[in-house]
Amino acid sequence: MTLTRLAFLSLKSRALTVGLTIFAVALSVVLFLGVEKLRTGARASFTDTISGTDLIMGARSGSVQLLLYSVFRIGNATNNVTWESYSDIAARPEIDWAVPISLGDSHRQFRVMGTTVEYFQRYRYRGGRALAFAQGRAFEDLFDAVVGAEVAAQLGYRTGDPIVVAHGLASFSEHKDTPFRISGVLEKTGTPVDRTVIVGLEAIEAIHVDWQSGGRKSGAATPVEALRAMDLQPKAITAAMLGVKSKLQIFTAQRAINQYREEPLLAVLPGVALQELWSIVGIAEQALIAVSAMVVVTAVLGLSVMILSGLHARRREMAILRAMGAGPTTVMGLLMTEAVLMACLGAALGLVMLYLGLFVLQPWLDSAYGLFIPVTPPSLREMLLLCAVVAAAAVVSLLPALRAYRMSLADGMMVKM
Amino acid sequence: MPAIVASEDAVCLEEVQFSWPESRFSIAVNGFRVAAGEKLLLLGESGSGKSTLLSLICAIATPQQGRIRVAGQELSALSPAQRDRFRADRTGIIFQMFNLLPYASALDNILLPLRFSALRRKRCHDPRAEALSLCAGLGLPEDLLTGVAASTLSVGQQQRVAVARALIGAPDIIIADEPTSALDAGSQAEFLDLLFRQLASTGSTLIMVSHDARLADRFDRVARLEDIAEILRKAVA
Repeated sequence: MTLTRLAFLSLKSRALTVGLTIFAVALSVVLFLGVEKLRTGARASFTDTISGTDLIMGARSGSVQLLLYSVFRIGNATNNVTWESYSDIAARPEIDWAVPISLGDSHRQFRVMGTTVEYFQRYRYRGGRALAFAQGRAFEDLFDAVVGAEVAAQLGYRTGDPIVVAHGLASFSEHKDTPFRISGVLEKTGTPVDRTVIVGLEAIEAIHVDWQSGGRKSGAATPVEALRAMDLQPKAITAAMLGVKSKLQIFTAQRAINQYREEPLLAVLPGVALQELWSIVGIAEQALIAVSAMVVVTAVLGLSVMILSGLHARRREMAILRAMGAGPTTVMGLLMTEAVLMACLGAALGLVMLYLGLFVLQPWLDSAYGLFIPVTPPSLREMLLLCAVVAAAAVVSLLPALRAYRMSLADGMMVKM
Repeated sequence: MPAIVASEDAVCLEEVQFSWPESRFSIAVNGFRVAAGEKLLLLGESGSGKSTLLSLICAIATPQQGRIRVAGQELSALSPAQRDRFRADRTGIIFQMFNLLPYASALDNILLPLRFSALRRKRCHDPRAEALSLCAGLGLPEDLLTGVAASTLSVGQQQRVAVARALIGAPDIIIADEPTSALDAGSQAEFLDLLFRQLASTGSTLIMVSHDARLADRFDRVARLEDIAEILRKAVA
């Protein structure tokens, strides 16, 4: 009869307390590994907000600021880029494609973005996924608009519904003369696109024909037919997404844009800027890790307390083992084996619960929060954590084990019960 | 090298003094011998130092003074680890009650000493068969031995399992601490019959402690604990 078997039988005889202790360890493992999975998932989702675009170009500001307004629609551009500069850059030999974007107006709490139809092919997320239409299609008419999944869900929009764009952000003056019609609703992406109303670049120009610096000009509105006949080439855009012909030319193009003489411009690599942004957000990560680590420590301590509190009732058992010839170290070993067995079972159970939870929650997390958690085998870091839980259990069980050692020396083989 | 003294004695204590740590209880034994193969009944009330004496013989307690020789082995010459192995090899112990690991099966309990004693393991060619034949001799039905936890057995059955555990691998000395006190009179007699029958086949020495003098006629010799051991209780400091 081996020590492990003895420890196992002893644990089995106290199924309820042992079970609860194992469950506590399992829950702490689920929490820690879950946080770890969520954290890496959130980071991957975040840094995958935009892919396939080599450079983002805007007026000179900070790289994080440019990223925030052009991709996340947070904050505003301090300056625009003139159409001449944009055309100049887009015509450079390294540049394969360019998609201009124009921001500034809003619809309810959502931003309105003017761009070209090419946007729907060029904008990629989560490792190269393209935008897809849940309903309808991209804009064809001047006054067509495409809405993101969240816009449609929150405002109950479907294709064919009319919408009116407000001038500026959080504004009461609306472009009432020029209503849009929804031509398409995008599928959920988990990116800021979900919260965007997308219209044609010319449409942005058209709705501002009768407007001047924040207010509507007095007089009759230009008829829609006249607007359609006008040359609606914009004079300026907010930013542009660029693709280069060869990845090797990214830095050449970036340098050319940053050193553009006619106008102060800035080009950033989206991946690099996203990492930079994440490092700011990432402090919350550390707090999450710290909290879940504390939970693991608590569970392992609870395991030690459980063994410790059961010691007195097991003096008889220790005395029998001693009488049979077990040394005090064997008694210690038995208790430590019990702790390690419980920790192993807890870690294994936690792993099973984690993956079951991932399988069940993955589609919901993706659709509700746009958070894609890939179900991958445990990483090295996660395996190390599981080993650390078992090692910690062995270490904390030293306390009850030493106590049992001393008790068995003092009791000898006589315990009056 | 531990001193091996040729002797007919299974147990020999000389001028032994012992006190438990953090206790005012101490015991002095000037001379106590048990011959090899002898069946000795030690009569003594509780508090007369019987458990302490047995702990000394089993090498669980180490005397502060004096010499103890068991099965030809000077105990003071042994390290703590060697004392544990010595106890596993040479002695089989039967307690008053609660003899068994309650969560393990009877068979697991019987085989437990073999885990700690290579010597006794070697004496059993097939430990499981040995355990089963011991149990058959003790009138324990085989279906009780495996599958169920020892705690589900009756007290009488548990005591018989304890005898089988003490006897497996034929240790030199069997030490029994009031093994019959938890049994009724009829079971007591039956228990002793079984114990003596099994002892006859192994030839082990028996030291049995009891407060019941009526058992005396079944033993080779009867000794009173008060004649052997002097109990000292230090005054409260």
